Amino acid sequence: MTADQWIALVAGIVGGALRVGAPFLFVSLGECLTEKSGRINLGLEGVLVLSAMAAFGGAYLTDSAWLGVLIGAAAGAVLALLHGLLCSLDRVNDVATGIALMLLGTGLAFYLGKPLIQPQAPQLPAIPLGFWSDNTVVQSALQVNALVPVGIVLAGLMYWGFARTRAGLLVRMAGDSANATRALGYSVSGIRVAATTAGGFIAGLGGASLTLFYPGSWNEGISSGQGLIAVALVIFARWSPLRCVGAAFLFGGAGAIGPALQSIGVGWGYHLFNTVPYVLTLVILVLTCKPGSVAIGSPGELSSTR
Amino acid sequence: MRNALKEIALPAFAIAAALLVFGVLVWFAGVSPVDVWVTLFKGAFGDWFSWQNTLQRAAPLMLTALCVAIPARAGLVIIGGEGAVVLGGLACAALPYAIPLPGNIVGTVAICFAGAVVGALWIMLAGWLRQYRGINETISSLLLAYIAIGIFKHLVEGALRDPASLNKPSTRSLPDGLGIGGIAGSDVHWGLVIGIVACVGLGLWLRATASGFSIRVVGGNPRTAQLVGLPATQLILAACGVGGACAGVAGAVEVAAVHTNANASIIAGYGYAGILVSFIARHNPIAIIPVAILFGGFGAAGSLLQRRLGLPDASVLVLQGIAFVLILASEGLRMIDWKTLLKNRMPRAVQPKLVKEST
Repeated sequence: MTADQWIALVAGIVGGALRVGAPFLFVSLGECLTEKSGRINLGLEGVLVLSAMAAFGGAYLTDSAWLGVLIGAAAGAVLALLHGLLCSLDRVNDVATGIALMLLGTGLAFYLGKPLIQPQAPQLPAIPLGFWSDNTVVQSALQVNALVPVGIVLAGLMYWGFARTRAGLLVRMAGDSANATRALGYSVSGIRVAATTAGGFIAGLGGASLTLFYPGSWNEGISSGQGLIAVALVIFARWSPLRCVGAAFLFGGAGAIGPALQSIGVGWGYHLFNTVPYVLTLVILVLTCKPGSVAIGSPGELSSTR
Repeated sequence: MRNALKEIALPAFAIAAALLVFGVLVWFAGVSPVDVWVTLFKGAFGDWFSWQNTLQRAAPLMLTALCVAIPARAGLVIIGGEGAVVLGGLACAALPYAIPLPGNIVGTVAICFAGAVVGALWIMLAGWLRQYRGINETISSLLLAYIAIGIFKHLVEGALRDPASLNKPSTRSLPDGLGIGGIAGSDVHWGLVIGIVACVGLGLWLRATASGFSIRVVGGNPRTAQLVGLPATQLILAACGVGGACAGVAGAVEVAAVHTNANASIIAGYGYAGILVSFIARHNPIAIIPVAILFGGFGAAGSLLQRRLGLPDASVLVLQGIAFVLILASEGLRMIDWKTLLKNRMPRAVQPKLVKEST
């Protein structure tokens, strides 16, 4: 390979990490908040697809990308609220409900999104992080989604919120001990429904970044399991919002390997390279999980780790 | 008998409610709900033609639902059946080109067996990861499904591709005599019989044999299983293997009876629909049969909804999603003790149940 090709490959992977990582960032932050409250939301996959569609449709109808972002996040919050309410019923398992909402969210998105496959919606502005380079390949690779800084700030806020605020403490308490929460007179269900809904709102921002930035269109294959990878990502990040940021970009980079190789003319194994994020997730789970013991930092009430 | 009636009444009520909600949704889209219900029924069970279509779709659903139900009885939530379906189908299509097979029933059994083995190994991997590495099997099985689809596409577009398949990458067609044909001249293939036999057989196995009972004990109460010294890990791996084998056969049947080769059409979401079927059947293999026929019917009616009423092809997905959500919710409502709830509501913090837990 020539030097230019190496530069293009590295720029493609780094740029891809920032681009592909953006949805991972939001979904994992949303899942982090949900899991901190002691509930798991596998339905975030459905939330991601539905909010991606809603954001695109919203941006198309209102002619404003930022209104689209809000509409997408709101759609995500509504679906997550449904998850929260269903899980509050007795004998309703949060894993089963998550699977149901995954199917429902995807179905609704495909159903309502049919007319949106053709049109073009206004896009989110790009932040040119590649301004320091003369190389046009580097410049175009480092066009960063304007939502990325929002996500990083949000991660910081969540970190601070969990550590320092009353609401953050309540969420953590509901996640660690439902009985202690009840004993102090708080409603466990109430806290969890609120945390799940807020988590859906945050994941909805991830959906918006799927359709309102490169490639910037709505289609039915827009998210294949990214919402689920986020569940594994949160385990990897040990339920810390700050570590979610690093994990999301690592996975973004892994997901960008296939397209980056293809852009420099390596066509072999395209589909195999596309499975890298899933393989990486499994490998990381193998390395970080231990049989018979609960991961450090895991909320005590979480059904998936018990 | 009264109990059985109660078991059926609640899901039936939930499905009726789902049809109602779906009706409201299409009404917003400007389509008459009554037309939709009538079309759904006609497309699914209206005449012999639609019955054939329905039963043909029900066959793989039965097998993929078993891939959820059997591990579920051992306490595992496996949702990656789609991976076993595609790899099972691929193994079935590839085997006759790896070793020469007789072009008769023996060869057909051999290719289905290949699908079963590959499917079993794939789902057992998720069970193995759970037992030996402590990884949540729900997440790992789904990740494995995406990996399986990647491997499938890589091989079908690469090493196993038939050079003659230009626009749609496919493997070479099965040699003559290896395909699965229709039952007595109908369009319904023998896969339906395989599905029904598997459901009944595994239902009896769970109910009437010692190993089936052990699996239910492991799933129902892991601590009891430990106390009585059941080999939990082996039983869990066996349950995963049996379930995966069923999903693998589903893929093999799709190849041998429907497509005659492996191509992207077998990634049709049967694995995911099977999750829904299994949950509605409450992981009971016998109950899977009618539920799979019902959802096969919804699937068969989907294209009619699209053609007759101009609804998007994803409408059926929405109906399935609503049905799933409402059935889960009805589970939650079933246990509510309405009488006590209305008579004496106690404040949450001093519920007697909690006092007992904390002491």
